[in-house]
Amino acid sequence: MAVPAAKQRLSVPFDYDKYLRPGKLPHIWCPGCGHGIVLKSLLRAIDKIGWEKDNLCMVSGIGCSSRTTGYVDCNTVHSLHGRAFAFATGIKFSKPELNTIVISGDGDAMAIGGNHFIHLCRRNIDITVLVYSNAIYGMTGGQYSPTTPAGSYATTSRYGNIEPPFDPCEMAKAAGATFVARSTAYHTKELEKILLQALEHKGTSVVDIIDSCPIYYGRMNKFKSASHMMNGLEKDGTITVAQAAKLTPEEIGGRQLRGILHQAERPEYCENYDNIIVKQATATKGA
Amino acid sequence: MPNSKKKLLQGNEACVEGALYAGCDFFGGYPITPSTEIAEILSVRLPQRGGKFIQMEDEIASLGAVIGAALAGRKALTATSGPGFSLKQECLGYACIAEVPCVIINVMRGGPSTGYPTGPSQSDIMQAKWGTHGDHPAVALTPASVQEILTETVRAFNLSEKYRTPVIVLYDEIIGHMREPITIPEPGELEVINRAKPECAKEDYLPYDENYLVAPLAPFGEGYRYHVTGLNHKADGFPVNDSEIIRENNERIMRKIDENIEDIEKNEEVFLDDAEIGIFTVGSTARSARFAVNALRKEGIKAGLLRPLTIWPFPDKAVKKMADQVKFIVVPELNLGQMIGEVQRVGNGACEVLGINRVDGESIHPTQIIDLIKKHK
Ligand code: SF4
Repeated sequence: MAVPAAKQRLSVPFDYDKYLRPGKLPHIWCPGCGHGIVLKSLLRAIDKIGWEKDNLCMVSGIGCSSRTTGYVDCNTVHSLHGRAFAFATGIKFSKPELNTIVISGDGDAMAIGGNHFIHLCRRNIDITVLVYSNAIYGMTGGQYSPTTPAGSYATTSRYGNIEPPFDPCEMAKAAGATFVARSTAYHTKELEKILLQALEHKGTSVVDIIDSCPIYYGRMNKFKSASHMMNGLEKDGTITVAQAAKLTPEEIGGRQLRGILHQAERPEYCENYDNIIVKQATATKGA
Repeated sequence: MPNSKKKLLQGNEACVEGALYAGCDFFGGYPITPSTEIAEILSVRLPQRGGKFIQMEDEIASLGAVIGAALAGRKALTATSGPGFSLKQECLGYACIAEVPCVIINVMRGGPSTGYPTGPSQSDIMQAKWGTHGDHPAVALTPASVQEILTETVRAFNLSEKYRTPVIVLYDEIIGHMREPITIPEPGELEVINRAKPECAKEDYLPYDENYLVAPLAPFGEGYRYHVTGLNHKADGFPVNDSEIIRENNERIMRKIDENIEDIEKNEEVFLDDAEIGIFTVGSTARSARFAVNALRKEGIKAGLLRPLTIWPFPDKAVKKMADQVKFIVVPELNLGQMIGEVQRVGNGACEVLGINRVDGESIHPTQIIDLIKKHK
């Protein structure tokens, strides 16, 4: 009996190698880290949108998540801590035809790069920003970050974190990003779909991805294993916008919302600037 | 129109003319006194010719955007002053190790910190050399007139494109804001260098190919897919932990400057041939020194001036020659003694070295130089 076409497609494994640089694996991430899962969702989304590797640019900052750029076979920059937003702005503004993605973490985007992050959103430049939110500085060994929940433990909050966390999505929305969404490393299919929508969106799109660092955050906060952590933080700790719509705030509790949280239409930065160039060029010619 | 290329310009305006002459098509900046005119004028001029201007959210982002633009193939510029230059040091180091060509104008003002924003200073001579952490190549040019700001800005772009390295143009607020009649060069009159582009097959491209002292740089988006990082890296741009490659990486970025000192160095000598007393200085201070030399010569005192237009790499050879020849060297500078240390290092006791220093926001007057020389000779 012939296999139905839909089934056939499902049975063909996705060819990640098409987008990965030969010889650069294994990656540096720890066993149980969510970053690799996020990368897989991202590569599938890139494949779906059909962007050519030659016209794809990925810019990262510093941190575990930022090592992503080394593995992807396109135009890649592993920039400075927090500065990926500025580097990417320079690239995109110079060559708007380059499809540009910023890969950052919560420390990168919400602390040292916070100023660059909000201004990128404000400009509404056509860049997709992924924030791998694991509430910890993994690369430096587990210090609390601006998204670490109050009361959590880290190597620099041994008595419990007394600082309230930032919500990267609220921040992005307030700053002017025109597509803001959240998903997790656990919800791989959902994440792929959201990332695809983010890539398709014209203007600044920000996707906050709740992700686990079992090695530091997990150990310091008594998660027994990576899967225990994923289940606790990513699966049970979140709820879709649609599900939440049917619940009272008390019922939602501390769970974070997943899905598209904000979408708006606003002129895109490079296009706005191109209008000036055209006008100026005409004006100068006429003069 | 006769004399259409003669213009009365301010130093910062001449900087813009130089940048555009060199083919600058990207500016990322942040407002700061006394360099702001450069940003203001480029915000008008760049879009007229299809170039890009962006005012970034801070000084760090300005150079970050400039580096991004340069990787996308543009000739990119930023302009700043002391406090902004301090903030730019992080990205400056990145441009050094990642070998990204770009130009940074620093119109020096009084410091430390906010200091004296509207006063002239030469307080960033050492910051231009040592500001960013780690050993790194430093190329810094020191024009002394409005005309020279134009030509040295062109030279800064040329050196940066040729050696794939950031180049700093240092001038003090006096020449940044003074007006002088200058000649805008005709196209073709000054050399304009563009970075070498790879000629190899796209899949064979190595952004840090060891077969070159300065490897060709492919602009993003042209099919040469490669990786750029601020980590020590090997020929393909990927980070390494191999001590041999780390050493080679660190040494090569120095070598490309060290082995080309003659190409990068540029000095002006005024009555130095038979000088018995030497003066070493740059920028506005060199204008006072030139006046002093002429006045002293009229009185029969054999003073001479060595004026570097490239302060980094330091003109060791020229200074050594002067130190061996003269009785003493005077180093006037608008700081409490930065270049003087280098002159002493190179002179190595061959002659006495005396400083004239000012940090009160005023310029060094020729009479200060004349008086010291007369007293000391
Ligand atoms: S330290 Fe944490 S975030 Fe970093 S790779 Fe390991 S598990 Fe992932």
